[in-house]
Amino acid sequence: MAFLELEHLRKFYGENEVVKDFNLHVEQGEFISFLGPSGCGKTTTLRMVAGFETPTEGVIRIDGRDVSRLRPNARDIGMVFQAYALFPNMTVARNVGFGMKVARRPKAEIEARVAEMLRLIGLPDLGERYPFQLSGGQQQRVALARALAARPKVLLLDEPLSALDAKIRVSLREEIRAIQKSLGITTIYVTHDQEEALSMSDRIVVMNAGVAEQIGDPFAIYGRPATRFVANFVGQLNTLRARLVDPAAGTVDLGGQPVTLGRPIPGPAGREVSLAIRPEAVALGALPGNDVTIEAPVREMNFLGSVIRIKAGLGAELVSLDLFNNAATRPPEVGATVPISFAAADVLVIED
Amino acid sequence: MKGNRFWAWSALIFGLIYFALPLIGMTEFSFRMRRGEYSFDAYRVVLADPNFRATFSYSVTLAVLTIILSVCLTVPTAYWVRLRMPRWRPVIEFVTLLPLVVPPIVIVFGYIRLYNTSSLLPLTGTITGTNALLVAGYTVLSLPYMYRAVDTGLRAIDVQTLTEAAQSLGAGWFTIMTRIILPNVLVAVLSGAFLTFAIVIGEFVLAALLNRPAFGPYMQLIGANRAYEPAALAVISFGITWACMGLIQLVTRFSQATRASR
Repeated sequence: MAFLELEHLRKFYGENEVVKDFNLHVEQGEFISFLGPSGCGKTTTLRMVAGFETPTEGVIRIDGRDVSRLRPNARDIGMVFQAYALFPNMTVARNVGFGMKVARRPKAEIEARVAEMLRLIGLPDLGERYPFQLSGGQQQRVALARALAARPKVLLLDEPLSALDAKIRVSLREEIRAIQKSLGITTIYVTHDQEEALSMSDRIVVMNAGVAEQIGDPFAIYGRPATRFVANFVGQLNTLRARLVDPAAGTVDLGGQPVTLGRPIPGPAGREVSLAIRPEAVALGALPGNDVTIEAPVREMNFLGSVIRIKAGLGAELVSLDLFNNAATRPPEVGATVPISFAAADVLVIED
Repeated sequence: MKGNRFWAWSALIFGLIYFALPLIGMTEFSFRMRRGEYSFDAYRVVLADPNFRATFSYSVTLAVLTIILSVCLTVPTAYWVRLRMPRWRPVIEFVTLLPLVVPPIVIVFGYIRLYNTSSLLPLTGTITGTNALLVAGYTVLSLPYMYRAVDTGLRAIDVQTLTEAAQSLGAGWFTIMTRIILPNVLVAVLSGAFLTFAIVIGEFVLAALLNRPAFGPYMQLIGANRAYEPAALAVISFGITWACMGLIQLVTRFSQATRASR
């Protein structure tokens, strides 16, 4: 039995179904990210776990106990919000100790725990400050300490880093992950930032329009996207239309050039199929490991600093590929036809 | 440009004269009780009058009770409307504005009809009952100011997220109200409270028609029978009102000093 179980969760707002038959089993100590565009239902699902929304149908169990109809203050959860939500009238120490004070823990225990939590987040000397005297990053760390202080069973984070600037975001996400690992707390993390989800999670739930499109570890999500949506949403991706020539051999016609993938593709010959390949899997010139090489004219070139992104034409389609910027070799001119290569195994056939 | 400035100054000076001249005249008159020289005699007489002290402390007590009642009424209401019933906000705002439209005389006659000694709830039959009725009436009169002040205070904090944060930490409604919401709107509540205080101290109609010994009817009584003392009383009650306004300013400025750094 999993530690946190969401079974057949559905949520309607009037006629509008925002979460559709959502199922997820989370093991104790696991870090799960809900990833998706805004309005995909990820925050609503999280808020149902927290108790701020009631599921229209379905069951939520924490540690074997059905909490679906329990009020938020009886669920034993810790939550971190995008807007920090520190109590402005309380010092940092009183904010962190609030949950334990509500639970009527002895004063000495609260003080010891608050000191321990402030050490954990690296702000041991700021206990007497007020929230408005802290930076955004510090406030969010205090919010994390507050959520963890009363030893909740599940930690919920609702886009906790999106109000912070880029550098702090990266350092804080590493810190959150380290703290989560050291405490071994079961965590759900909502984000629309794929880099956050990929770098922090044990497993990712990619959501779209209220549906969990794919649940898997970061490598699976990135390398073997199950649906066209996941493929497009996570990472950069070239999607190419091709015509199926030989289903058994997996040969397709890609912009007038035959490409053999070496594995069967279902469907009759002549059918249109969608292929996808990551820019980093496509190379300029024929490389030893790449078993497919085709000719393509360079249509566009974008200089991105350390990387040069080239767009080459394949019939009507454009395929992006990345070159590391190397001062010794000049990139090809726009308009020149160049050989590009990739491994057939890296090409995904996407079912619509 | 010059013409504009001339008219601006004239308007300002006219306004100042319009407001200040009667005040200056009244204050000056209140010092002239002793023939031929300025003195504080009128004030001395007023302050020495046991009825002044009795009515004033009665009104202060009622003001405090009114403030407590209206805080208990408006803070949870405004909070709940912001949190759960935002669609009802225009309706609630309209209701809180009604006391500005319905004159106190109508309110008090309504009370007397509803709660007279031959009614189901004969509040006017006892002194405590009538006092309670008066506090209720004052609460109604102060509603537009109190509700608006509290609502503005709530607008400055993220009510929903703070509530959810407190709930996720195990807090119930009472804890949320007393430890999170009220302390964070305290400045707004205080400014509403000072306005309420000023209203209650000067109120005449409700107290007179419910026949309670409040400060308003006392001022009227003195005004009808004496020459210099009413002027002194008016200056005193102006002073009280202005002190309340000054306190509002002070409190608001103090809160801005802390909020600016947020």
